[in-house]
Amino acid sequence: MADFWIILTGTLVAATCGVLGCFLVLRKMAMVGDAISHSVLPGIAIAFLISGSRDSILMLAGAAVLGLITVFLIQSLQNGGLQSDASIGIVFTALFAIGVILISRNAAHIDLDLDCVLFGEIAYVQWDTLIINGYDMGPAAVWLLGGTLLVVLIVIGLFYKQFKLCAFDPALAAAVGIPVALFHYLLMGLVSLSTVASFESVGAILVVGMLIVPASTAYLLTDRLSVMLIYSVLIGAASSIGGYYAAKWLDASIAGSMITVAGLLFVLAFVFSPLHGLVARYHKRRSLKAASA
Amino acid sequence: MLSTFFNWITDPNMQWILMGSLLLGLGSGVIGSFTFLRKQSLLGDALAHAALPGICIAFMLSGVKSIGLFMIGAIVSGVLATFGIHAITRYSRIKQDAALGIVLSVFFGVGVVMMTKIQHSGNGNQSGLDKYMFGQAASMMLSDVYLVGIVSLILVAVCTLLFKEFKLVSFDPGFARGMGIKVGLLEQLLLLMTVIAVVVGIQAVGVVLVAALLITPAVAARYWTDALGVMIVLAGLFGALSGVTGTLISGTLSNLPTGPVTVLAASSIFLVSVVFAPGRGMVSKLLRRMRQRNEVKRSYGNGLAAVEGDRAMISNRANSSERSAD
Repeated sequence: MADFWIILTGTLVAATCGVLGCFLVLRKMAMVGDAISHSVLPGIAIAFLISGSRDSILMLAGAAVLGLITVFLIQSLQNGGLQSDASIGIVFTALFAIGVILISRNAAHIDLDLDCVLFGEIAYVQWDTLIINGYDMGPAAVWLLGGTLLVVLIVIGLFYKQFKLCAFDPALAAAVGIPVALFHYLLMGLVSLSTVASFESVGAILVVGMLIVPASTAYLLTDRLSVMLIYSVLIGAASSIGGYYAAKWLDASIAGSMITVAGLLFVLAFVFSPLHGLVARYHKRRSLKAASA
Repeated sequence: MLSTFFNWITDPNMQWILMGSLLLGLGSGVIGSFTFLRKQSLLGDALAHAALPGICIAFMLSGVKSIGLFMIGAIVSGVLATFGIHAITRYSRIKQDAALGIVLSVFFGVGVVMMTKIQHSGNGNQSGLDKYMFGQAASMMLSDVYLVGIVSLILVAVCTLLFKEFKLVSFDPGFARGMGIKVGLLEQLLLLMTVIAVVVGIQAVGVVLVAALLITPAVAARYWTDALGVMIVLAGLFGALSGVTGTLISGTLSNLPTGPVTVLAASSIFLVSVVFAPGRGMVSKLLRRMRQRNEVKRSYGNGLAAVEGDRAMISNRANSSERSAD
């Protein structure tokens, strides 16, 4: 049963992040995802200090607010004429530093391990169960992640056309009257939500990997957004299943193995993708050369 | 509190550590200026994460906790990471930002797997690896301080010697090539120096926050000046200042890790620069805008008066023409 819950948690993380990651990669904002996943830390710490408990809803709220603040700060530094990568770097390091200080100052009151924040402890998922009316409903993390995935799917499904247009051609989207800024913040809000929901179980670094790596792999395999979304989720799920068994075999970190497997899949796609892989490129070039000769 | 502070600062060991973090801040501020100008600010973040597997491999192979060996391992895997980023952007349609993210997370994931492997293998000697996450400059050994200081000094020296070349390569690589400068070689050298600066910086502030040592002082310096030379000197000063402040605060107040405090010191300098820097700062922008608004208002006021006058004249004329029609 433990295997099942861990794999299910990993797959839910992969699905949530895989869908959002596609839009981040297409909008060239992959590193914003990295920034958000780090800078939600003070939000979590403040939620802890206020409530004094590991209340998931409050933590979600705190982190979502911090995520939006991060995006807002990055945006306003950029509007002030700073390069986007520099503004990302400044904002997320400052917020992360505040988070670490808050946690280590109140280490006595906060039962939140920094290692756990960074690497997560997916192996313990099954022990923290949700109990309603004395009836065991299964791991709380699965419910939290499932709910987040549902929210993400509903929002993306409702506004699929708008998100698609914003991802490929923001100028056109603005011209036909889509509130581009609103959808930008909506997407970022979803990213921070899913970061926090995944935080406890898989940690900040795996979230970044799951946001970027499967989506980039899918980007190499197809030219259609709808197919890319499906591929990205499937690749994420495959990485979490493969990663779990690899971790069991190696006796090492589950989250780390999941990312390692995702990385291997990316390398495979990078070399062998029928559309954009190295081999396909080489063949195309050779056939062009033969045709011109 | 104050007396512990004085005890602490007069301790010769502490003076060395302060010196080390000062030189470290100086070196990474100087290197950071170039990475910022070349629009590679987040490279530092990726390289810092990518250093982890190198450190783990160095530990696995040697079995000892030596900063020198760790640094060599980290530099090797950092260089591999830059090759990886370059290959992904060069040979596929994936953009720079996603390539950075991929290399960062995959290298780090591999590193975490290795680190847990080391910890599970029951080697009691691995505790130092954890320090790499958040940095602990205040507990550096004297030999580490020497190493960090010397490496930082070398970085600054190379930047000073090759200042003209680096400047040309950063602003106009095409022109530099035309002048007969070996652009490729210099770019590689800058990359290597960035890797080294990151690896040294990990000692003090840890993996996650080392990017700030490179980016924040350089960007803060950019607000004060347009001249590269002045900017680099300022960035070095800001870096050194935040290094010293961070070490002092984290050494005197217990419970505070060095890295975050150093980074917050740098961020405060950045904040002051954003608000108060002449020309680019928010205050001076606001003042300029107010002055312009006043000017416009004044000229608009004059214009309004002129328009009123014209209108009066026209209506007068119309009246008179009406009268003449009568």
